[in-house]
Amino acid sequence: MRDSTFKSAFSDRTAKTFMGVLLGATLVVTLLNQFFPPDSPLHVSAYTVTLLGKYLCYALLALSLDLVWGYCGILSLGHGAFFALGGYAMGMYLMRQIGDRGVYGNPELPDFMVFLNWSELPWYWQGFDQFWFAALMILLVPGLLAFVFGWLAFRSRVTGVYLSIITQALTYALMLAFFRNELGFGGNNGLTDFKELLGFSLQSDSTRVGLLIATSLSLAMAFVLCRWITGSKLGRVVMAVRDAESRARFVGYRTEHYKLWIFTVSAILAGIAGALYVPQVGIINPGEFSPLNSIELVVWVAVGGRATLYGAVIGAILVNYGKTVFTGVMPEAWLFALGGLFVAVTVFLPQGLVGLVSQRWAALRKQFPPKKTNNDTLTPAEGEAP
Amino acid sequence: MSALDNLRDTFRRDQVFDFMRQGTRAVAPGQLDSGSGKNILYLEDITVSFDGFKALNDLTLYIQTGELRCIIGPNGAGKSTMMDVITGKTRPDSGTCFFGQTLDLTAMSETDIAMAGIGRKFQKPTVFPEHTAFENLELAMNGPRGPWHSLFTRLSGEQTNWIEDTLATVGLLEDRHKVAGLLSHGQKQWLEIGMVLMQKPQLLLVDEPIAGMTRQEVERTGELLKSLAGKHSVVVVEHDMEFIRSIASTVTVLHQGSVLAEGTMEQVQNDPKVIEVYLGE
Repeated sequence: MRDSTFKSAFSDRTAKTFMGVLLGATLVVTLLNQFFPPDSPLHVSAYTVTLLGKYLCYALLALSLDLVWGYCGILSLGHGAFFALGGYAMGMYLMRQIGDRGVYGNPELPDFMVFLNWSELPWYWQGFDQFWFAALMILLVPGLLAFVFGWLAFRSRVTGVYLSIITQALTYALMLAFFRNELGFGGNNGLTDFKELLGFSLQSDSTRVGLLIATSLSLAMAFVLCRWITGSKLGRVVMAVRDAESRARFVGYRTEHYKLWIFTVSAILAGIAGALYVPQVGIINPGEFSPLNSIELVVWVAVGGRATLYGAVIGAILVNYGKTVFTGVMPEAWLFALGGLFVAVTVFLPQGLVGLVSQRWAALRKQFPPKKTNNDTLTPAEGEAP
Repeated sequence: MSALDNLRDTFRRDQVFDFMRQGTRAVAPGQLDSGSGKNILYLEDITVSFDGFKALNDLTLYIQTGELRCIIGPNGAGKSTMMDVITGKTRPDSGTCFFGQTLDLTAMSETDIAMAGIGRKFQKPTVFPEHTAFENLELAMNGPRGPWHSLFTRLSGEQTNWIEDTLATVGLLEDRHKVAGLLSHGQKQWLEIGMVLMQKPQLLLVDEPIAGMTRQEVERTGELLKSLAGKHSVVVVEHDMEFIRSIASTVTVLHQGSVLAEGTMEQVQNDPKVIEVYLGE
């Protein structure tokens, strides 16, 4: 019974295994891409590198949803909104980096503003030419939206299905707003045609590998952060809120403060995922706000398994790999497959794939109990116990 | 305002004795001061009505420091309403309700009342089912309640000992790492009592503690409640006469919102008014 700290969360076994697998795989992919010529069978193409980077962004997004859904029981059907906002903040920085290399060659205004006959940069685009400012906004904008939204929702004790519906409405409303040209975020087309990030060309292989490494490190750090949160007393309170909210309130916890805290942290993680996603796919448009995206995200977490953190990561990667394969073979069927998957998981695997594996593992352990090798370390009293 | 009200206002319990004990004992506002009286809880002339129905009717009741008091009464006698008034869930229409000498419960919020040292165990046990018995007590432990504090706090050795002592008191030390959802009904009730104890209450309100328990569990619950009296003042609301006889020193019978009889179980059982209420109708 020890409370986790940030340091101990680093060294616990789950986090070590997770980081080992994640960073190891990243390293292998990096080496295979950089040190084998393109005609070698061992070469990993830049396309694959970017695809993996994309999966890891989704994994980070799934991790953030697991934190609120798996641990706090808040089923957010609008988490894609925070992802997209983080993406837009990064996109705005990348737009400003284009400078006069755009189609219209205007050093100050992005192409779509020139096209709309705007004469100067709107106030909310100021500062986005600086990376530090954009980075701050990537954290601040999703966090602030989640804070205000959560403050209103949790204070009014909106829970369950009703909360899910208003989160869905939130992302839908944002999608409609971002579709409008007047809002100044490129309307329907969104932001695209990016050239470089921090001076590195987005088209070069090494930048793509660099982005994969950055994503991988971010995911590892976020995982440790989530392990820390869920292993602390805060995590136990949050789970108590999930299981018996009124009881937690009666014991003296302001449950709305806890929900708000975890919701905001989760939104910030989702924003970071979006910001890492945009330079890798090269575009951000209002489609990212679409309610369907947020629902797909819920399916990833459900498939992987809730309230384990690594389950969400595994689910996100597996489902998206399936999507890549499936949409290549028979694109029309993908949504049916996704829906079927969700139903199947809900009915047959309430604990997700991770739950299935640990169940089978426990059954095996029961059938073939491991030999006791450390009998001599047991005290007599413990030795007597069955 | 009548002359009586004027007089009461002048001699309010929370103010009138202040000048007499100046410098002898300073009690911070919001703190319990039970030292100068033998009673810990004073309910006087409490009336609560719901749509004209008087759930409590001029109820006057005193609970002594450290005693174990049983409250019985037929359905609708006002037992639960009385508990609600003490814990601040229901506000009385008239009357005064003091905890110790200085705390006016009618003017305090539910949370403040809980913080001041009144713990209530509800009829239906509601523990945190996915947490272990140990963690349940940890969550109930009194202390700062903010999210940031919870993130950085670590359980001290002292706190661990305290939790384990409480687990021992309620007889769950062996099952401390068991998930609460897997405990038996009786064990959940004890865990719930333990959770109330972790808030260091001066006064413990226990609502129907033995409902649905086996005979052995009933016996252990009786032992537990008796062992808590002395260190805490305990008020038990219960229907089961046999159980009450086995634990009570003083019994209060409520009927139609006021006290019908008070005394030992023997006295109360032989009281003709009580016999009439319980058997006559």
